[in-house]
Amino acid sequence: MERYPQLIHSATESPGNCIMSHPGVEAIDSKEEDLRYLPEVFCSCFLDCRLGGRMVRKFMYMGRGTILQMERSRLMVRKRDGDVVTQNETAEATPRSETTTRLLRELVAHLRQNRTPVREEWVGRITEAQLLMAMTKEEIFAEATSVYDSYVAALETGTFEALQNYARNLSERIIPRGVETHEVVGIVLLLRDVLARSLFAKYQGDFEQLNRILDAYEPAANRIANTVAVGFVQERERVIRQQQEAIRELSTPVLQVRERLLILPIIGVIDPQRARQLTEQLLRGIRTNRAKVVVIDITGVAAMDASVANHLVQTVEASRLLGATVIVTGLSPEIAQTLVTIGVDLGKMNTVGDLQGGIEQAERLLGYKVVMIAEAG
Amino acid sequence: MEVPILKQGGFLIATVQAALTDADLLQLRRALVERVVQMRSYGVILDVTALDVMDSFASRTIREIAHIIRLRGAETVIVGIQPEVAFAMVQLGLTLEGVATALDLEEGLQYLNQKFKSAASSAKH
Amino acid sequence: MLAMEIGFSSGDSTLIATAISELGRNILSYAQQGEILIRAINGCDHPGILIVASDKGPGISDVQQALRDGFSTSGGLGLGLPGVRRLMDEFEITSVPKRGTTVKVKKWKQ
Repeated sequence: MERYPQLIHSATESPGNCIMSHPGVEAIDSKEEDLRYLPEVFCSCFLDCRLGGRMVRKFMYMGRGTILQMERSRLMVRKRDGDVVTQNETAEATPRSETTTRLLRELVAHLRQNRTPVREEWVGRITEAQLLMAMTKEEIFAEATSVYDSYVAALETGTFEALQNYARNLSERIIPRGVETHEVVGIVLLLRDVLARSLFAKYQGDFEQLNRILDAYEPAANRIANTVAVGFVQERERVIRQQQEAIRELSTPVLQVRERLLILPIIGVIDPQRARQLTEQLLRGIRTNRAKVVVIDITGVAAMDASVANHLVQTVEASRLLGATVIVTGLSPEIAQTLVTIGVDLGKMNTVGDLQGGIEQAERLLGYKVVMIAEAG
Repeated sequence: MEVPILKQGGFLIATVQAALTDADLLQLRRALVERVVQMRSYGVILDVTALDVMDSFASRTIREIAHIIRLRGAETVIVGIQPEVAFAMVQLGLTLEGVATALDLEEGLQYLNQKFKSAASSAKH
Repeated sequence: MLAMEIGFSSGDSTLIATAISELGRNILSYAQQGEILIRAINGCDHPGILIVASDKGPGISDVQQALRDGFSTSGGLGLGLPGVRRLMDEFEITSVPKRGTTVKVKKWKQ
């Protein structure tokens, strides 16, 4: 019965790699039928490979055996019969064609040689176009220098990671200062144009050679422009998401009103994502406050669709699994209708008309009795 | 890994220590169902705090344990289900219907104590 | 776990682990043999996780039926596949009777 699949992860030096072994779940691979008699563990991993100048993560299937060594781009496995098999960084990489490589090398040399004038021309064009107005001249020049160097490096190596990282890093710094997407795209396109111009100037006598150089340059330059723009937009989206998250968290407080009694007032529109977050916060709140009763008040929610209503029911059930009773209060007629339509099991839902009634019932459940001081005296 | 079962007064306490295989779960079911009558226990607490995944088999087996123990004349309470696990279970459609749950061991003990106190007092009347 | 490395919250990681466990269970109870592959993937700008569970078992003759709650031919609860579908964001199943079944599921980081 020890056949429960178990996953062993990340037992390696490099992040992202993973070894999976499924004791008992036998590996089948039509191409490796002959491996069937080998030990129960099958080895597979993700290798970081370079494919056509691009880093990709590739899934490697090694058949069954013992893993001897694992690195970012290498996996060595001993098969049961003693054979040691190694998967190296893939040979499938389609190298750039000889000509492209040679042309790009020539191009890179040219750009390195003319680093100062081209860069100055570029900064001039940026100022002229009134881009990056939020930054000082010195800052623009410093950033332009780094972008220029990463740009040339990307052309030279054909890998975009360094540039990507730089773009992300740059975005992180300039987004808080109010730099807009069009400005970032604008400066990269300007650099592309400036470089193209300098190529025209250099090869104006030899139209054939210019054409060939542009053939090599254009795809690379477009890819770079793309990388930087996408990097910027992603960073912006990340910032926006982070802010949304913060706002959401503030908008759904889990409040403790008495020992063991939580109240969750929900106001506004609930989309599936907010619903998820509500549930996570509530379940965590139940645990940290050791709550026994929770009142979810949805007076402030006008309507919810079937999927959110379903989610509400699931939240009630999950809370019960933690040992807490949920009372839902303030259901609008529309929401009540939705719950009936999706066929909610009313035996599982504890509802009270309004928040006050809900709190009173919660107090009864917890054994409290609220008495007027005069009566008590 | 076998789940240790402790006797504490009239209660049995089984504390899951690590991820359970199917075999462990079935073994646990056998042991609890046997011992609950052997030890003349009237309450069982199953502490699953250490479980970070509960799939359909585990959930079904736990429900069965609770139901069989009721038929053997005792009460079961499941304690310590983690918030993430509870949510995953509900998504899967596993809600342990008809099984008592409590936040942790302390709460579980209190639940059983209360249950049997009220049973004892109603018997007196 | 890989899911944590990709940046899933602990709640999502639990959902993913539960789904993997259910898929593994399906393979064991229907096909006895099979494999589960797990890998990090990248959507348009979302990282995510892909799980492929494949077996060469008897296959499922009526996939639609198997995806309905409460359907089971193995004496289980019959919650496996529909449950997995609820746990994950994307769900894809191909099954050929007598040839086997492949279930592909994805979950995206929120």
